[in-house]
Amino acid sequence: MMSGLSDPMVPRVARVVRRWYETPYTWTIEIESEPPGTDAAFEAGQFNMLYAFGIGEIPISVSSDPAATRRLQHTIRAVGSVSAALARLQPGEAIGLRGPFGTGWPLESAAGRDVIIVAGGLGLAPLRPAIYRVLAERRRYGKVSVLYGARSPDDILFRRELARWRENRALNVEVTVDHATDAWRGNVGAVTMLISRATFDPTDCIAMVCGPEIMMRYAIAALTEVGLPDDAIYLSMERNMKCAIGFCGHCQFGPTFVCKDGPVFRHDRLRNLMQLEEI
Amino acid sequence: MEGLERIIREHRFFAGLDEGFCQLVCGCAKNVRFEEGQYLFREGDPADWFYLIRHGRVALAVMMPGRGSITFQTVGVGEIAGVSWLVPPYRWTYDAKALELTRAIAMDAGCLRDKCEQDHDLGYEVMKRFVPILVERLQATRLQILDVYGGTS
Amino acid sequence: MSIADRAIVTLEGLQSLFEVLQQRGYRVIGPTRRDAAIVYEDISDIAELPRGWTDEQDGGHYRLKKRDDEALFGYAVGPHSWKRFLSPPVLPLWRAEKRDQGFAVISDNEPQQRFAFVGMRSCELHAVAIQDCVFLDGPYVDSHYRARRVGAFIVAVNCGQAGGTCFCVSMDAGPKIKSGFDLALTEIVTSERHVFLLEVGTEPGAQVLGDIPHEPAQDEDIAQAEAVLARTAASMGRAMDTHDIKELLLGNLEHRRWDEVAKRCLTCGNCTMVCPTCFCSSVEDASDVSGKVAMRSRRWDSCFTMDFSYIHGGSVRSSAKSRYRQWMTHKLATWFDQFGTSGCVGCGRCITWCPVGIDITEEVRAIRSSAAC
Repeated sequence: MMSGLSDPMVPRVARVVRRWYETPYTWTIEIESEPPGTDAAFEAGQFNMLYAFGIGEIPISVSSDPAATRRLQHTIRAVGSVSAALARLQPGEAIGLRGPFGTGWPLESAAGRDVIIVAGGLGLAPLRPAIYRVLAERRRYGKVSVLYGARSPDDILFRRELARWRENRALNVEVTVDHATDAWRGNVGAVTMLISRATFDPTDCIAMVCGPEIMMRYAIAALTEVGLPDDAIYLSMERNMKCAIGFCGHCQFGPTFVCKDGPVFRHDRLRNLMQLEEI
Repeated sequence: MEGLERIIREHRFFAGLDEGFCQLVCGCAKNVRFEEGQYLFREGDPADWFYLIRHGRVALAVMMPGRGSITFQTVGVGEIAGVSWLVPPYRWTYDAKALELTRAIAMDAGCLRDKCEQDHDLGYEVMKRFVPILVERLQATRLQILDVYGGTS
Repeated sequence: MSIADRAIVTLEGLQSLFEVLQQRGYRVIGPTRRDAAIVYEDISDIAELPRGWTDEQDGGHYRLKKRDDEALFGYAVGPHSWKRFLSPPVLPLWRAEKRDQGFAVISDNEPQQRFAFVGMRSCELHAVAIQDCVFLDGPYVDSHYRARRVGAFIVAVNCGQAGGTCFCVSMDAGPKIKSGFDLALTEIVTSERHVFLLEVGTEPGAQVLGDIPHEPAQDEDIAQAEAVLARTAASMGRAMDTHDIKELLLGNLEHRRWDEVAKRCLTCGNCTMVCPTCFCSSVEDASDVSGKVAMRSRRWDSCFTMDFSYIHGGSVRSSAKSRYRQWMTHKLATWFDQFGTSGCVGCGRCITWCPVGIDITEEVRAIRSSAAC
């Protein structure tokens, strides 16, 4: 950058160090800023803008542990040209990076309270950093539940980690699928069914919800049903983004810019908006 | 009978039911258990009993030719296996199989239907508890069939 | 000369102003006639100003007409606004060049030449201030806007008449210029004389005025200028009742009026192109034929486009109704939540340049008259 004031639209170059397959169409890439060792600190819930040379740039939540500040993991589902290009990057290849952007999960507000984490599909990826943070300071939190819904057993993200967390008994982990296969012996049914079964104190609890918007609406309805007030529920919204810095206008959701007022919002702020069509 | 009454009153489904109704309901109940893999009921069977799960997990499934048994729902502690006992022709439309050792209160459907018919107040208390379950399940099923997560095509 | 002093300048003096600005290295932009409209372009001489012309504006209607005097600024605003210079419609951001082990990102210098904007109206000054708030006052600063904005010299012009679609009075954005200028002029054209009352707004303005021939203004000059403005204020082409407008619109998001306007709206996006405060943009990626150099540029975008709100699976706002509603509620209501002011300055361009003549003041009136709350 040559000009006197640096341009927040100019990416820095990072490098893919590892990549691995997660579930159909979904890969995690681990990247390191250049020069190596550059601090890449972020808050759980924030996202980066990732640029694939000559193709384009999209927002992807960071899915790794915020305590690991030199390398960042992003879990990407290949649904378009940019995401497919990013998911195809091999170790050693360069990638454009801008960020981190946005608001994070309310880990401080949740301290001293029960925590209920409700994730659907790829929504577990932006929540995983929050789970790591809770585990790192487990005694600061009350009962912690992770309720996860996936399409089918083959689509369960971070399967081994979920099993490990359940075994460690540090968290109450429940996984359910919409469509079972023969071999599946676990829960079958919408993730909302897990909410009424979970144990937590609705008067002293923080819920963090992430997944497809309709799943979040249903989950929030179920949480409200069991007594959580609107200001105890947080969700992560997603909208079209071209800049991530509040200038392009694409991510507007009512009066909010999802890139800078979100992506994590407290539900009382969004309740009225979420009931409206095409807002 | 006293132990059973206590168990019934502790189950989520009968929470808040008054003394008198509890005794009535008790008259239709018994304690049962199923080993892993055992069927609670099968599709087409008469819906003579339904089950309030106290411990364990039950898969509700249908047999699809060429695909075998497909589970569309699991129910666990505090939940109910079987709703078809409520409406004619009182026949099960799916299988229910224990996924693990399962203990339940079995309710004699015919007995309960008769008692509800004789005492409409009891009938209303039972309906008040059943309808929310049906609604919750319907809403959850909607989310399931909308197939919102994407992924395997 | 000091700030708030006033002077009288003749046509020769105005020509001299142009010369002084160019001598001082400014790139002078001002109104000129082209393609049957008055647009903003590079100009160097007062002869290029639309002398003796005026504009006739109404919903979906814009025509230039000859005046019966020789006023240089006897028209309202045209399809251009100053945002095309402060935030160019197409702007290269950076390029990436393939290297052995990846690629490098290179961004170039900003232009060094400063702008002198001649002919900025009160509504336009307000619009620039509104965009300053968007691009300079938030958690991030748009470095491209800033590079063009800082150091720009503004010669503002008080409107001698209101346009057919103007409603700056309703939006408290004019017609009298109050602040944000280096020099402000009011054109006084009578049978006896053709002069300009000049007001100094800043130190750089005072210095420029010092370099051009001028006379001190007399009381009657000031009175004549005030009369011009009073006449303009009284002849606005439109009006908008802005009382509680945010609550009105946000409380009526399901009003049937939105369905009615949607039947007319072509979602062509003209309103967003001509609006001086609309700021939405998109990015474009291109590479050269060899695939070794990839360029990223920023271009104007519009919330009216079909894929503006596209996320996997589809657009959030796919109906014309939802897109029109988004534009109007953002402009008049949620802009308050985001930036503390209205987004509208009452310039009327959206009314004039809408191919079907949708009138934002009429839309507000219709909702207000049959509001649910």
